[in-house]
Amino acid sequence: MDFSQTEEQQMLQESVQQFVRKSYDFDTRNSIVSTEQGYSAEFWKLFAELGWLTVPFSEADGGFGDSAVDLTVMMDEFGKALLVEPYLATVILGGGLIAALADEKSKGELLPPVMSGDLQLALAATEHSGRYNPLSVETTAQVDGDKIILNGVKTAVLNGINASYLLVTARESGEVSSKDGISVFLVPTDSSGVNIQGFTTIDGRSSSEVQLEAVSVGASARLGQPGKAAEALLMVNEKATVACAAEALGALESMLHKTVEYSKTRKQFGTSIGTFQALQHRMADMFIQCQLARSIVIRAAMKIDSNESTVEKTKAVSAAKSRIGYAIKAVGQEAIQIHGGIAMTEELDVGHLFRRVTALDIMFGDADFHTERYASL
Amino acid sequence: MNADFTADDLAFQAEVKDFLEKEFPSAYRKKIDARQRLTKEEIVDWQKILFRKGWVAPNWPKEYGGTGWSPTQKYIFSTEMGLVGAPEPVPFGMTMVAPVIMAYGTEEQKERFLPDILESNVWWCQGYSEPNSGSDLASLKTSAVRDGDHYVVNGSKTWNTYGQHADWIFCLVRTDNTVKKQEGISFLLIDMKSPGITLKPIVLLDGHPEVNEVFFDEVRVPVENLIGEENKGWTYAKVLLTHERTNIAGVPRGKRRLGSLKRQAAETDDGFGGTMADNPNFKRKLAEAEIELLALEYSELRTLAALTVGKAPGPESSILKIVGTELAQSMDEMLVELAGYGCLPFLPEQYEEGFEGEIFGPGNSASAALTYFNNRKLSIFGGSNEIQRNIISKAVLGL
Repeated sequence: MDFSQTEEQQMLQESVQQFVRKSYDFDTRNSIVSTEQGYSAEFWKLFAELGWLTVPFSEADGGFGDSAVDLTVMMDEFGKALLVEPYLATVILGGGLIAALADEKSKGELLPPVMSGDLQLALAATEHSGRYNPLSVETTAQVDGDKIILNGVKTAVLNGINASYLLVTARESGEVSSKDGISVFLVPTDSSGVNIQGFTTIDGRSSSEVQLEAVSVGASARLGQPGKAAEALLMVNEKATVACAAEALGALESMLHKTVEYSKTRKQFGTSIGTFQALQHRMADMFIQCQLARSIVIRAAMKIDSNESTVEKTKAVSAAKSRIGYAIKAVGQEAIQIHGGIAMTEELDVGHLFRRVTALDIMFGDADFHTERYASL
Repeated sequence: MNADFTADDLAFQAEVKDFLEKEFPSAYRKKIDARQRLTKEEIVDWQKILFRKGWVAPNWPKEYGGTGWSPTQKYIFSTEMGLVGAPEPVPFGMTMVAPVIMAYGTEEQKERFLPDILESNVWWCQGYSEPNSGSDLASLKTSAVRDGDHYVVNGSKTWNTYGQHADWIFCLVRTDNTVKKQEGISFLLIDMKSPGITLKPIVLLDGHPEVNEVFFDEVRVPVENLIGEENKGWTYAKVLLTHERTNIAGVPRGKRRLGSLKRQAAETDDGFGGTMADNPNFKRKLAEAEIELLALEYSELRTLAALTVGKAPGPESSILKIVGTELAQSMDEMLVELAGYGCLPFLPEQYEEGFEGEIFGPGNSASAALTYFNNRKLSIFGGSNEIQRNIISKAVLGL
């Protein structure tokens, strides 16, 4: 048993911390959010040089090793910095799905430019009617001669406006939420019939709504066997869920830290508000929430990296996402409350951390969804 | 990072499992499962089994009869004990007074007291809390006035657990009234047979006289029963309170209880043709408790991993105490919920030591409310959960 970080993990953590300290303060971050593409291409190239874009890929695919624990170490730091670069979209989701589904030839063409920072991707999987179930797919894929025609609407497509390719989940057969019949197609974003409407999320990310109207692709656009993408989709989904949980962890600990420091300096009634026991106990509870959340997120990452069954992995992921969802509300709301009015303003970072964790709670399923999924397994 | 045990640890785990299967008397296990109290003789018998195996005091240094186990081995041992419901040795002698005697007692005191604690020949109880000194323990008033070779003790102690079984009591007494409250306290060992000691049982909400009030009326205690220096007792007691907080998370016991709640839910009618195992609300509560237990287990493992690389136990134990006790209490609520009307009969006598009759049912539902009532103590004793939050805000958050 060993919960200490490996040397590589420490280096990874330090390299993110160093970057954030030097180049990614709150004002810089906010000015990036207000740009049209919503991320810094310059920083993205730097991430590539620092090797960060290789982390969730196996050594066989030219990556760092595809360890979920490594990934959580990095996401934790991203969370503290409120990072908006499309790591989740391009690397974890897009790259992850290509690594899981594509043949060697396609992998060889697509993964190196992902890892070198030259290719942006977006996963177009979520649909309004599907809520948090990635297998609920109404978007259709119909074979028409040597072409395949895609029709449907996707929502919450991160990085859609910046991506060169969309990875579109579409149904070739079966009922709306059946496991069989789902395929993933690699669709160039400039294809005819693809309409991408970008928006900025509550937590400052670039996202989009995607309409696919009779989009025609070749059979080679299909990654993997027809209708057999569900397993890979779920696996990538689990990993992305843990990554979001780890990102939330960093953001929550940052909120706790900022709240405690603020309570030491903010004076009311002639004394710092941190001397009030009513507040001390609530901050102690925030600390407990952070610790429990950290324990269960580490556990989930370890399970993903282990040889245990898919069910055990899924349960561990749901346990973690459910528990952190609870911690997000508890810690996030208390951070705002204890700061008081100043945290309601956009000028303070605490409110932005609150928005970030609120989004992370929703992404890939909130606490209720994952508690229910846990109970059903 | 990994949460795996080494091959040696796994072999040790197998050895512990094997021992418990063979040596933990099944009659005791049955009683514990039915929430019936073991008699003093049964408790002592089990502790002597552990003593003969050499495993009764894992936290003692080897030279005093401890096991010499690593933190991981200790964790494995207490986990396996908890999973089969085997009681840990009564803490007052083994884990509370003994470490203080080892650290601050004279050689003579060590020889006089430690072997009998190890062999469970002598039953100890605790004399800390007083009617007006609860969380603010240092405000205690029971006085010890020097008179020749004796202290004369006057006052009263309360929440004294199982004093009715005890041969000796360790007490915090006031030996100086003129200084800061923490600086006038001494640590005194008192023979329960001393003239002037009387016990008044306190019946708790579950109908059981688990604790007592202890009155001291001109009780003469030889000065050689003082531990360490006069007026240094508070320092010694604080060391002891740290010991009191280990193993407080109760994860194995929680797992056992959760398993039993699930089985019970599947056997409890919901009134509409199904069982409580299909009730969405109850299912959700079970899932939440299970998830919390996992988070608690991994928090404990993280603390343990830090211990194995030589870090001192820190304020993490406060987290484990708060979360462990609150989780146990939430399971008590579920127990009551499952019992429904069955929890209403107030029949504490059928859970008393030595009860031989038929348990009034259905099942063990008549014990549900009693357990719920009794376990409200969990968040009050051992430093109330509010005191633990004070510790976190001071020691961790620097407030």
